Amino acid sequence: MSSYKKIVLAGNPNCGKSSLFNQLTGLKQKITNIPGTTIENKVGKLIVDGQEIHLIDTPGTYSFNPKSLDEREAVKVYFEDPAPDAIVYVADAANLKRNFFYFSQLAQQGTPMVLVLNMLDIASFKGFEIDIDRLEKELGIRVFKINARLGEGIKNLKQALKEDQFVPHYAFGGDDDHTHESHYDSIAKLLNKTTKLKSKRELVSGKIDAWATHPILGYLLFLIVLLVIFQSVFTIAAYPMDWIEQGFGWLSEFLSKTLAEGWLKRLTINGLLAGVAGVVVFVPQIAILFFFMGLLEDTGYMARVSFIMDKMLRSLGLSGKSVVPLLSGAACAIPAIMSTRNIENWKDRLITIMVTPLMSCSARLPVYTLLISLAIPSDKFLGVVSLQALVMLAMYVLGTLAALVAAVVFKWFIKYEIPSYFIMELPIYHAPRWSNIWLNMWQKSRSFVTEAGKVILIVSMVLWFLASYGPKPTTPFSIQESEELEQSYAGHFGKAIEPAIAPIGFNWKIGISLITSFAAREVFVGTMSTIYSVDDEENFEQIRTKMNNDTTPSGAPVYSLAVVLSLMVFYAFAMQCMGTLAVVYKETKSWKWPTLQFVYMTALAYVSSWVVFALFS
Amino acid sequence: MRQKVKLTELQIGQIARVTSVEESPYKEKLQEMGCIQGALIKPIFKAPFGDPIAFDLEEYTLSMRKTEAQSVNVKLLDPLFYQN
Repeated sequence: MSSYKKIVLAGNPNCGKSSLFNQLTGLKQKITNIPGTTIENKVGKLIVDGQEIHLIDTPGTYSFNPKSLDEREAVKVYFEDPAPDAIVYVADAANLKRNFFYFSQLAQQGTPMVLVLNMLDIASFKGFEIDIDRLEKELGIRVFKINARLGEGIKNLKQALKEDQFVPHYAFGGDDDHTHESHYDSIAKLLNKTTKLKSKRELVSGKIDAWATHPILGYLLFLIVLLVIFQSVFTIAAYPMDWIEQGFGWLSEFLSKTLAEGWLKRLTINGLLAGVAGVVVFVPQIAILFFFMGLLEDTGYMARVSFIMDKMLRSLGLSGKSVVPLLSGAACAIPAIMSTRNIENWKDRLITIMVTPLMSCSARLPVYTLLISLAIPSDKFLGVVSLQALVMLAMYVLGTLAALVAAVVFKWFIKYEIPSYFIMELPIYHAPRWSNIWLNMWQKSRSFVTEAGKVILIVSMVLWFLASYGPKPTTPFSIQESEELEQSYAGHFGKAIEPAIAPIGFNWKIGISLITSFAAREVFVGTMSTIYSVDDEENFEQIRTKMNNDTTPSGAPVYSLAVVLSLMVFYAFAMQCMGTLAVVYKETKSWKWPTLQFVYMTALAYVSSWVVFALFS
Repeated sequence: MRQKVKLTELQIGQIARVTSVEESPYKEKLQEMGCIQGALIKPIFKAPFGDPIAFDLEEYTLSMRKTEAQSVNVKLLDPLFYQN
């Protein structure tokens, strides 16, 4: 007998379970990773009158026979040791029949249960009247009414959690008859005794859907939503990103003054600090994008986007459910790939994972920004739109198109017999539940920092070593940093691969940057500033001028339009992110897929860059 | 009046009762979602290009592709008795 109570929170998706979890545990929750797996359970600790309770939130599930990875994780919790002391089952009172199905399966596990009815306001709007006392008697367990949104009824429920609960004694199905029909049959009988439909009223949801799923207006609305989101991501995120860059600038200046000279100092500043800065600087963009994604999902709009996009995406080997990962890929592929877990069909999910890194993520932005400023004039196109902005937009379109084309190719090559389906609830629209959205944003951003951070940090320290030390011992500080880089292992490597990258227009300096970009793509900018001995790493203007002035032995500029465009295309397609590869391995549990992803993306990048270089030079 | 039809043959707004779900890899999923013999179902809107289709199923909205809807047999009901 353990000293704490282990209580599992279960229910269908969209029943308000997360809101209840947040209400019960506040911010005292953490995601636990079971070693060696991708299973994530949210655990919150609460203490009621001295009784410690570990509350485990599970992904929303429709049945005890899981269909997706998400659902599989939800069901696993019942087979863990120690077994849960009780299940708190949250049901949407406005849709009791289907909500009772998963309940009816859990009720047979012999675990004590509590039934929590949520969304009673919608139920009564629809005209339902529920006899709670009768329901308690029939089921033989305690039933609570709550409003998770407003926090009503939470106190009573909290008090009850410390007490021992009861195993439901209502017989769902027959003795040996546990077909879906028999369960739904007994649910219907139970509801006949306990609920009454007094009147019937339509919800406004249907009226919104006429617009949101309209053949023309539906897509237009989605396009406008996307534009608003990306516009806000760029404008709002610019401020905190500036602060973060300044902050790290001061910190590195401070450390360079205070630390004793030596390799440790250089490792700390150029390896460790640069690595951490490279991770943290993306948090604002990623957080803001996930805020919007959470908003769209929480209000129910995202399900409609999946609905109107399904047919098109299906013909490309994807599914309507691929929309969320693909859009998230515009922030960072790592949390995006993790969000594929609710795609039931293995092939749909795998193709989504394989193509998501082609979406233009935020780490590519600084690279594009630098390169665009090098080669694209700041003129206005037709006197209205900035040419540079157009090229930037074109890079996003290019990434998206590449992802869709790659999906079609994978569709042909991956053999999988089980057909995919799109049997999905379209939840009713409701006003955003802000606490859910904030928490979702916080947890997604944190998964980026921990998942990507670990890898980026290690890779940037290794790269620091490769860029700082060389086969021939050098005396640091006696030579220019740029020369030191040339003499380093990375420099030698850059020169070694020069014959291979010369056909696409790259010299050994770019070669070094391609290698260092393995930590994260934006390291390109930092490496360029080191190569061109720019003191202030973030000073685009300085890097730009020096790069612009670099010439080949024959006197032609190194960064011609052809080279710059070739580089941009290379960065759009190449798999240069160790963090993503690590997550793909974790999610597919095989090295086959990350290896294939690395090979196909790099090959695509090389060939495309070669074509672009040949066309423009 | 009462005729046996496939779910895909219903017009938007027509109310029907599910009579059976044919064997398929998604039969179990359909049944879990409440698409089960005796359930009331009504197509309410379609995605552009007519696929997938959204249905009022008892008390909520369920979407499925035409292929999946093809496997559901229904009996058309007299709208006079099942006004919605």
